[in-house]
Amino acid sequence: MSIWEYANPVKFMKTSGFLLPWLVGLTVLTLVPGLVWGFFFTPLAAEFGATVKVIYVHVPAATFAINIWVMMLVTSLIWLIRRHHVSALAAKAAAPIGMVMTLIALITGAFWGQPMWGTWWEWDPRLTSFLILFLFYLGYMALWEAIENPDTAADLTGVLCLVGSVFALLSRYAAMFWNQGLHQGSTLSLDKEEHIADVFWQPLVLTIVGFGLLFVTLLLLRTRTEIRARRLSALEQRERMA
Amino acid sequence: MMFDFGKYTVTILGSWGVTLALLAGLIMLTLVKGARVKRALAAQEERMKKNG
Repeated sequence: MSIWEYANPVKFMKTSGFLLPWLVGLTVLTLVPGLVWGFFFTPLAAEFGATVKVIYVHVPAATFAINIWVMMLVTSLIWLIRRHHVSALAAKAAAPIGMVMTLIALITGAFWGQPMWGTWWEWDPRLTSFLILFLFYLGYMALWEAIENPDTAADLTGVLCLVGSVFALLSRYAAMFWNQGLHQGSTLSLDKEEHIADVFWQPLVLTIVGFGLLFVTLLLLRTRTEIRARRLSALEQRERMA
Repeated sequence: MMFDFGKYTVTILGSWGVTLALLAGLIMLTLVKGARVKRALAAQEERMKKNG
């Protein structure tokens, strides 16, 4: 069996319809306990006090803000190279989720920055590249809406996605490239010496898994809607021509 | 009190409140749009079936 079979809308609808109830269950089973654990059952951090609780919403949102753009890059490339409509629709469906994740990362970062850095906003490399990533998400969504022909829209948004990928990568690595920024290094590391204490790390990992499952669930739901909308538009066109 | 984090109360409740509100809004919009498109497609298919 080939992965390209799922580029067939009928096969995609059938498989996603089967997976969705399981994904919803898994999302609830990871996200709710992860958030409750992070909010209610984690101690105060020595350096950051109670503000450490912000990481349980900020870090997963920031992680997926970048990774959703990377997913859009992959699906856009599949569209540009192999012309599979489902992949273009998946990229379109993912953009609002990525935009919301970026917005959450920016707002929660501002809430955290105010007491820690003494400012809501600073033109720090990582903050600035995240703001640009947010604007790219808005531009990407606006471009889809602005172009009537869906194939042309998929082509142009695919190219925009390639360009925006520079900022998605900058958002990830900006803190390493430029040391003058306020933003600290990565919170997540597979190196046990580098990452935060287990008491904070374990609920954080659970929350990130929950955010990931939420993303996949919403992505499948939204892609199914886009496929139905495309079929609806085709049927309406056929009716007008008849 | 459970929701009293001293001088960081606004920071924490603000961050969590905004996050939960945005996620709830995203989920709701996804479900509402999904249901609307599904209904419209079913109605269109039914109309075309009737009209042959």
